[in-house]
Amino acid sequence: MTDKKIRILVAKPGLDGHDRGAKVISRALRDAGFEVIYTGLRRTPEEIVNAAIQEDADVIGLSILSGAHNVLFPELMRLLEQKGIEDIRVIAGGIIPEKDIPGLKKIGIAEIFLPGSSTKDIVQWILDNVPGG
Amino acid sequence: MKQKLQQWKKNRYDVSLDNSCPGKKPATTISGKRIDELYTPLDLENFDYDEKLGFPGEYPFTRGIHPTMYQGRLWTMRQFSGFGTAEQTNRRYKYLLNHGTTGLSVAFHLPTLMGMDSDNPLAKGEIGKCGVAIDTLADMEVLFEGIPLDRISTSMTINPPAAILWAMYIAVAEKQGFPAEVISGTIQNDMLKEYIAQKTFIFPPGPSMKLIVDTFEFGAKKVPRWNTISISGYHIREAGSTAVQELAFTLRDGIEYVEWALKRGLDIDEFAPRLSFFFNAHNDFFEEIAKFRAARRIWAHAMKERFGAKNPRSWLLRFHTQTSGVSLMAQQPYNNVIRVALQALSAVLGGTQSLHTNSLDETYALPSEDAVTIALRTQQIIAHESGVTNSIDPLGGSYFVEKLTCEMEEEALDYIRKIDDMGGMVKAIEMGFPQKEITNSAYWYQMAVEKKEKIVVGVNAFEKDHEPISLLEIDESVVKHHLARQIDVKKTRNSAQVMQKLHDLKKAAEDEVNLMPFILGCVRSYATLGEITETLREVFGEYEEPIDF
Repeated sequence: MTDKKIRILVAKPGLDGHDRGAKVISRALRDAGFEVIYTGLRRTPEEIVNAAIQEDADVIGLSILSGAHNVLFPELMRLLEQKGIEDIRVIAGGIIPEKDIPGLKKIGIAEIFLPGSSTKDIVQWILDNVPGG
Repeated sequence: MKQKLQQWKKNRYDVSLDNSCPGKKPATTISGKRIDELYTPLDLENFDYDEKLGFPGEYPFTRGIHPTMYQGRLWTMRQFSGFGTAEQTNRRYKYLLNHGTTGLSVAFHLPTLMGMDSDNPLAKGEIGKCGVAIDTLADMEVLFEGIPLDRISTSMTINPPAAILWAMYIAVAEKQGFPAEVISGTIQNDMLKEYIAQKTFIFPPGPSMKLIVDTFEFGAKKVPRWNTISISGYHIREAGSTAVQELAFTLRDGIEYVEWALKRGLDIDEFAPRLSFFFNAHNDFFEEIAKFRAARRIWAHAMKERFGAKNPRSWLLRFHTQTSGVSLMAQQPYNNVIRVALQALSAVLGGTQSLHTNSLDETYALPSEDAVTIALRTQQIIAHESGVTNSIDPLGGSYFVEKLTCEMEEEALDYIRKIDDMGGMVKAIEMGFPQKEITNSAYWYQMAVEKKEKIVVGVNAFEKDHEPISLLEIDESVVKHHLARQIDVKKTRNSAQVMQKLHDLKKAAEDEVNLMPFILGCVRSYATLGEITETLREVFGEYEEPIDF
């Protein structure tokens, strides 16, 4: 690892309040030695992208359970592209039907972790895929 | 006996265990609670039957709230359901009613749950996804079209805007020709557990509590067959609490509502009989049964002794149960049918009044019709084939179940005293106490699974690939159809009247009078949910959650 810790923005788009997963993962990532910023609930794609820029995040972790991923994720990826940001990896987890996954990967979501994923796998993915990891 | 037991433990149990499973750790429940290898009469020394149990329908109601329990009437099989437009959900309700469901339970989509109209920019992508879209009385009329509201009881999972949706339901019933006195059902209307766990909030705790007490007062006088609150442990548990935390925080929430209503000057025996509860049925079979039994005993004591309620109906803890959503797994989803069956059985053995069984596909999406049918059939098999309804509280007297019931009662009472010392639940929430306890438990459990101290079949053991299952899809065209009705309503309603009714509501909120009649005035004039919520937000302000993980 380099001196600079990997910075992860855990974000909660969608109108639901199910933050158990986001909070468990935030704590597990912090315990694994990453710098973690959690946005809190009900953030719009615009708020998430702005927070990621402001916080100089290396990774955005999206937690979504409302079913709005096919609308909100493309919007978020479009905003990142519009702002010319290419070095932030976006990963996601939550209630996401398997058949939606190829489409989400195509628009640039790097990995999707479904219910039952281990926090260790998420930590390992970040170490393997994020520069400085 | 003590000596015999010690001998058995030393010479038989420990020796055998050392041979077969050397180094085996003591057993714990899914909540991490230690369970002994054997329970005997020694665990129930000084156990007084009359004091701890009583007979069914008699104080302290440990064995059940009705003298006949399921011999008299089965629990209500109530499947929580809603998706897409009011038309689509109305069709699903009729399907469920034709297949033996005995009560309705409305799932609203997220914008409605948050008091927003569907044309709010924040509603983008959410319309009809997690439930049915309701903006105005016109949607509600379609939702219950052809369903006789004098005969069907309806539960509505709605919290910050509960008073508004309840007013819409009352208005629909009136249009069907049924006065408010004859309709029955439940609004969830439990804001404390929202701040603690589910996080669907709009207003700060003070105004939320005021609005809830308004519904207690209005209901007691005008809608006497309605449960004006469903004090919910379900979401506390789903957020990661232990069974004891679910029990303790839920009952302390109940105590908080009673205290606020008494401060308003309401008579406890007028509103308390309409308080209802809602618990989770999770995986650990006996821990869940003990939790339900302990809940009835704690509540009976609190109502009679702490608050001095005289009406025996005030002492009863009536509850709905839903099987645990979070216990269902995406991996090998058909295994979820078995999980649900065991959880449902624990709810029945625990004496539930109504039950929702989850569908096997809920880790992916809202349930398909096939999946929801299996879930309903699970209840019917328990009710009609298993024989468990034949005898009341069949596990009563089990050394293990009685001991566990007593222990969970004691542990819950410890939490309740702690929250009393903090100055009550609203104060405890402001200090972040229950939130932190739950977050810690959720993290502990996740780590236990990752260390394989807790086994989840198909996830950290017995893994195997599975074929994708077919899921319910919400067609995006519903959005257009739904929004068209809202535009139509706005065009045809009397705008001046809507403005006047909203103005009256605002003034009433400032004057701190009971808001129910004013909210009814707004919905009857076809004011939208968002318009009514915004009016209240201007007076009440907004809740900002402290972020901590």
